[in-house]
Amino acid sequence: MTKAEIIERINGFLVDEFEVDIEKIIPDANLRETVGLDSLDYVDLVVIIESNFGFKVVAEDFINIHTFQSFYDYVEHKVTEKASA
Amino acid sequence: MNNRVVITGLGIWSCLGNNLDEVKESLHAGKSGIGMDMERKAWGYRSGLTGIVAKPELKGLLDRRARVGLSEEAEYAYMATLEAMKNAKMDMAWVEKNEVGILYGNDSSAKAVSEAIDTIRIKKDTTLLGSGSIFQSMNCTVTMNLSTIFKLKGINFTISAACASGSHSIGLGYLMIKWGLQKHIICGGAQEVNHFAFGSFDGLSAFSIRENEPTKASRPFDKDRDGLIPSGGAASLIIESYESAMERGAPILAEVVGYGFSSNGDHISNSNVDGQVRSLKMALNDAKLTASDIDYINAHATSTPGGDLAEALAIDEVFGESKPMVSSTKSMTGHECWMAGASEIVYSMLMMQNNFVAPNINFENPDEASSKLNIVRKTTEKNIDVFLSNSFGFGGTNSSLIIKKFKK
Repeated sequence: MTKAEIIERINGFLVDEFEVDIEKIIPDANLRETVGLDSLDYVDLVVIIESNFGFKVVAEDFINIHTFQSFYDYVEHKVTEKASA
Repeated sequence: MNNRVVITGLGIWSCLGNNLDEVKESLHAGKSGIGMDMERKAWGYRSGLTGIVAKPELKGLLDRRARVGLSEEAEYAYMATLEAMKNAKMDMAWVEKNEVGILYGNDSSAKAVSEAIDTIRIKKDTTLLGSGSIFQSMNCTVTMNLSTIFKLKGINFTISAACASGSHSIGLGYLMIKWGLQKHIICGGAQEVNHFAFGSFDGLSAFSIRENEPTKASRPFDKDRDGLIPSGGAASLIIESYESAMERGAPILAEVVGYGFSSNGDHISNSNVDGQVRSLKMALNDAKLTASDIDYINAHATSTPGGDLAEALAIDEVFGESKPMVSSTKSMTGHECWMAGASEIVYSMLMMQNNFVAPNINFENPDEASSKLNIVRKTTEKNIDVFLSNSFGFGGTNSSLIIKKFKK
């Protein structure tokens, strides 16, 4: 899966499932504030990442994810790691 | 304290329609909402018959956080409550500043529970259930979600009383307001309609297997009835004190005047004439009415051989002299179970408001007990001043409500 495909898929579920306005999804924007994530939403994010990318996010990983870009980078890293395992 | 309790709002989502107008037309036309769900056959059901209930489209009405916690039956309940609050002229700004309660009947959330257990079995990881699972899975899914969505600040709990749940919710709401403990309460009943919900019921051979004629399968009181048809949706009522309704300038649709209840103290699934008679008499006593004051009885009759027989005997024992008109709207809806006690108040209210009695369709040949009742076969134009609605459930829980046209 290419980085572009990962970004497209993430943006897709953020728009469809989390009802984020696509125009507000800017790489440097704050993920939590833009999407309006509360503690329960993070639980759903874990589920949706698992179903889309096949890996399980541990809660601690979210600590270092601030922007959309860092979210894309994190998922790409985990997808690559899984592919090479 | 002895407050008068009035109904100011109604809402419905059922196999007869997705709002009051659609349901009124179906009732008047004697239209059945029953069909076949072939998926049930694949799951090993004896009967694939079911009420056909539309899925609400909630995107645009509720945000994601509100939607993910809603079980199937809570979605129906949301739609019914939205309609009831709208026609009760109860807007969100007013609700947020006042103490509005919710008492709602529900006795399962099988689909949500089944799906959660499947996920645990397959994934072996509870964090993959998602955030909504717990709020969908509990029996109080309706009251838990609607109290949050509508920002309710009054009494808030679910009544689980099998097929009398919806009726008891109105009865308990009535008592709360009558005694001055609450001023305004959302009451109702919800019932999921999916193949997870009814398997064990089907397993008791309680369902009709007249699959070649779905619209003729539900035939309460008819000699050739062979079982009930599961159905569902949700029905909501806004009930409040007369003073509250007047203060708000709310439309007063009718008055709740009597609530009777009893427990059979007998078999877990078989009906019991004595228990039903005690419930009927208690409702009449509470309403300070006599049997001859009742114009119409919306029977519980579900189309099972034993249940309809017991109810016919009970109605005849109490109403044998006055012989009020009787029909079971379950002939059109099937058995809406946890919802039925509330939906049948809504159906009867629509009849009262529009001066007709909906037919007990498929009543072709009476048996010995039902031949003693004044069962309405065809839609009959009639002024209804007072009606009574019966609901009886497994475990021998009985509830009877009496509603009267409002007069100052």
